[in-house]
Amino acid sequence: MKAFKHFLHSPAAVLGLVLLVLIVGLAVFADLLYPRDPLGLAGRPLQWPSWGGRFLLGTDASGRDIAAQIAHGARTTLLMGIVSTVIAIVIGIVVGAVAGFYGGLTDDVLMRVTEAFQTLPNFILLLVLVIVVGSNMTAVTIAIGVVSWPAVARLTRAEFLTLRNREFVQACRTLGLTNRWIIFREVLPNALAPIIVYGSVVMATAILLESALAFLDLSDPNIASWGNLIGQGRKVLRSEWYVSAIPGVAILLTILSVSLVGQGLNDALNPRLRNR
Amino acid sequence: MHILKLAGRRLMSSIPTLLILLAGLFVLLQFAPGDTVDALMAQMGGGDPAQAAELRKFYGLDGSAAVRLLDYLWRLIRLDLGFSAIYNKPVATVILERLPATLMLMLSALSFAFFAGMVLGIVSAQRVNGWSDTLISLLGLLFYATPSFWLGLMSIVVFSIWLAWLPPGGLYEIGSDASGIWLVLDVMRHLIQPTVTLSLIFLAIYLRIMRASMLEVSTLDFVRTARAKGLTRGEIVRRHVLRNALLPMVTLIGLQAGTMLGGSVVIESVFSLPGIGRLAYESVVQRDLNTLLGIVFVSALMVICVNFVVDLIYARLDPRISAGGA
Amino acid sequence: MSAAAMNPLVRIEDLSIALPRGADRPYAVESLSLELNAGEIVCVVGESGSGKSMTASALMGLLPASLPVASGRIMLGERDIVRLSEDELRAIRGPEIGMIFQEPMTALNPLRTAGDQIAEMFRAHTDLSRKEIEARALKLLDEVGIPEPAQAYRAYPHELSGGQRQRVMIAMALALEPKVLIADEPTTALDVTIQAQILALIRDIQRRTGMAVLFITHDFGVVAEIADRVMVMQHGKVVETGTAAAVLEAPQHPYTKALIAAVPSLTPPVPRELATRAIATVTELSKTYRTGGGWFGRKQRVTYAVKSASITLPKGATLGIVGESGSGKSTLARCIVRLLDPDSGEIELDGVAYGRLAGETLRNHRHLVQMVFQDPYASLNPRRTAGDLVTQGLIARGVDRSKAMARAKELFALVGLDPAATDRLPHEFSGGQRQRIGLARALALEPKVLVADEAVSALDVSVQAQVLKLLVELRDKLSLSMIFITHDLRVAAQICDRIAIMQRGEIVEQGVTADIFAAPQHPYTQKLLSAVPGRAN
Repeated sequence: MKAFKHFLHSPAAVLGLVLLVLIVGLAVFADLLYPRDPLGLAGRPLQWPSWGGRFLLGTDASGRDIAAQIAHGARTTLLMGIVSTVIAIVIGIVVGAVAGFYGGLTDDVLMRVTEAFQTLPNFILLLVLVIVVGSNMTAVTIAIGVVSWPAVARLTRAEFLTLRNREFVQACRTLGLTNRWIIFREVLPNALAPIIVYGSVVMATAILLESALAFLDLSDPNIASWGNLIGQGRKVLRSEWYVSAIPGVAILLTILSVSLVGQGLNDALNPRLRNR
Repeated sequence: MHILKLAGRRLMSSIPTLLILLAGLFVLLQFAPGDTVDALMAQMGGGDPAQAAELRKFYGLDGSAAVRLLDYLWRLIRLDLGFSAIYNKPVATVILERLPATLMLMLSALSFAFFAGMVLGIVSAQRVNGWSDTLISLLGLLFYATPSFWLGLMSIVVFSIWLAWLPPGGLYEIGSDASGIWLVLDVMRHLIQPTVTLSLIFLAIYLRIMRASMLEVSTLDFVRTARAKGLTRGEIVRRHVLRNALLPMVTLIGLQAGTMLGGSVVIESVFSLPGIGRLAYESVVQRDLNTLLGIVFVSALMVICVNFVVDLIYARLDPRISAGGA
Repeated sequence: MSAAAMNPLVRIEDLSIALPRGADRPYAVESLSLELNAGEIVCVVGESGSGKSMTASALMGLLPASLPVASGRIMLGERDIVRLSEDELRAIRGPEIGMIFQEPMTALNPLRTAGDQIAEMFRAHTDLSRKEIEARALKLLDEVGIPEPAQAYRAYPHELSGGQRQRVMIAMALALEPKVLIADEPTTALDVTIQAQILALIRDIQRRTGMAVLFITHDFGVVAEIADRVMVMQHGKVVETGTAAAVLEAPQHPYTKALIAAVPSLTPPVPRELATRAIATVTELSKTYRTGGGWFGRKQRVTYAVKSASITLPKGATLGIVGESGSGKSTLARCIVRLLDPDSGEIELDGVAYGRLAGETLRNHRHLVQMVFQDPYASLNPRRTAGDLVTQGLIARGVDRSKAMARAKELFALVGLDPAATDRLPHEFSGGQRQRIGLARALALEPKVLVADEAVSALDVSVQAQVLKLLVELRDKLSLSMIFITHDLRVAAQICDRIAIMQRGEIVEQGVTADIFAAPQHPYTQKLLSAVPGRAN
């Protein structure tokens, strides 16, 4: 409760939260606002955005409504971002917790794998995965989750390494509690706050990865996506630059809101910073 | 010498895991729908199955998965990356042709992000929550949230189309016969936009880490000692805070090298730079799996080399490393 | 050393330092007045939170912005430190007032050599040439008793021992021959033998140079060693001042009396009759640490933390394991409770070969031996209520929750806590109370042996006395058998029936406490005993 109050005290965090709620609202009500297929032909191509016109944000080179694509794209972006973040965090926590808690050879092996994953540039790894699993939305989401876990694992491991030797964890061992109990009920709750905060970074990266993939036309072509729209707009960049500009602003605002909320959470959950 | 040995050991120990990972990817890619021959056939406008089988035999694609894997690993150890059917050249040659552009882009983007991030972080930490801090932090947030490829496009619109100050793409003016210093200047001019757009997100990260690290170090006991010695603020920052605060920054270079290389895929595509990032994209589109795996291998090697250098720098900065057994 | 006739070097007049709003009291330091004369050592004594360190910081003009001076003056000659500008303060720090701190490891910059950090003092305040500076720094290192000054000059802090690091700090503080030295708990982080050396060094330099020393400490033993005058502080207020002899021998204020009475005596009580049956025997236990090593043939470094240690604990007795840092006493304790796995040797607890158990069987026998930890803050999970912490072990053994909670309330009463407090979180308790919770947690499983690892070391002396008293009561009431790990010979003298002295992983001497204190056999034991501060008292 105290943390929540502290969160609301920061104007930046509140701004981020409001933005995020608006974007979530746009995603949830996309079907109500724009019931037609956002990828269907809506009108004359390349109409500039206008107030009061038929197309608030104009149309793209194929005559599709940009506003509708933005609304439906919000849904894609958020859903993909959240699911892949959850995947990355779950893998990362399990790997990091096991490595940090058990140490020794287990730690050695798991960290080697993690390091190897980090040596491969994540976007290139993503390209390889997309070739294998294809470019439908589910596959892309899972692939992004799979390339994003190493940093979470490292963070979790670091937390576990410091907590493992804390006296309260040793006390649990002398009480005869099982390792599973100690990992999940004693250590993890104390390690969770920074990991959850880091989730905002993972989500921001996931959104960037997906939009870059869509920009290169390697993501699901049958779903409205901001990145894809930027890629479409590239062909008419010289004159109708708004086609690329508008979805980019949408991505920017989404990531901005996620990181503002993340930073607010960090300040609220990290009491050491409170006194600064 | 001790430092070199330590870092060298880490270098050596990362190679076996890398090989295992590459083997994993190779196996994974066997499950990919469509191979090079399919792509080639499509390029040629179709052909009969007999021709396809012959081609597969020619490119060594007809053996069992295990045989091909062993063959692949054996070639890797000899640094033979195979043959690209699409470019009709050895993969190593294709990659080497594309490497300089990527290396230049990496080097310039990394240095720009690191030094600009460092300076802004230091300025920002001098007066926490002052106007300069707020402004810099705000900029950092914006940089962090901006997709680099979009920023690249917008930058082309403004600087290349509207203002016509900078070239919209390519590595040098095509058709010009500039040489020597003029060629260098021309290449630099072409690299300005890609460098800045690629580095801004990293700049934001470095700036944030530098600021936090400066503040963290400022609370440590030895800074209090320095104050008790009667040093000026500037002396304390320069002689005691800075070097300690740089340690996490240096670590970050190693961790971010891979991400930055990944980021160059889109940036090279946006600015049509002939680097390995764009090559990766092209080989995905053309299903040129040999080239793609080769790129994975080379980019991992680059990251490993960066980490080797980072280890050396870190050990130079921190005497505890070269002495310790870790 | 009569200094009354001279003008004082420093005169603190009616100094008050404000605490931020919302703190438990308005002032960190309230109406403090003190004169510091050339040639004397004034000790400021108090427990944690008494404001003693704040006073030292104020004298340096190093108070954090959140703790401003509310009123009063600090006169250094004709200048008031409270009202000086940052530039003027800088000119004072170093040349006129030197300062040394508690933790020499963190007080030195880890990335720069010792010599460089001493030389910096000259570079900041003088125009001496590089050569001259190096010569001066080397001379200083020699004066503070560092064996190889030229080597130490080029050494990084992590390459020096704790005592050497503090010597470097002292050399640095004395570089410009200040008239005043402020020492903020400079020996608290050091082992007792090193502490004795550093105290002698400070005393010696002070005699030679005639400077004034303001010495902050919580330890009356140290006061007895070094002080000319004493000022006792409690909750930010001065409760008593006087000459060292007067305050130590005839304290006036009840708080001073209580503090001095709380210091355990070095004379052990009359030995108790001990049972002949051993409840725990440890035979030839060894534990090594291997650093380095890995997949690629790195060279392993093997250090013996414990080297074939054998101890016997008679039923109902308390065995003290005494040693300095790095002696292996904590490793031995952790091996006995099986937080660490010994490399070789036997542990027998109440007829069970406890050292050979593993996995599930080990877990089922964990109740045989329980441990009380050192740090009252780190040893309790901050997210669990006190009741949860105490019942956890019982519930894991299959005791039903309501029964376990009833037992926890009994234990709370037993260790002197309010049984109604079981639903509170650890941060709502004080340090001493937390240590009682830890004790209740350990007792919940009715262990045959209780291992206390420096269980009272982190506590203020008055709280420490209470917890020690509780331990003695419990020992008698429950006929507890205890292994008591400590670095503090005074504590050991009071609570242990037998003691074992450890040095570099080996037990060098063991026997009945009173015998060892009366006639220590091993040279190391003799050295330890003679280093205890204030042993004359």
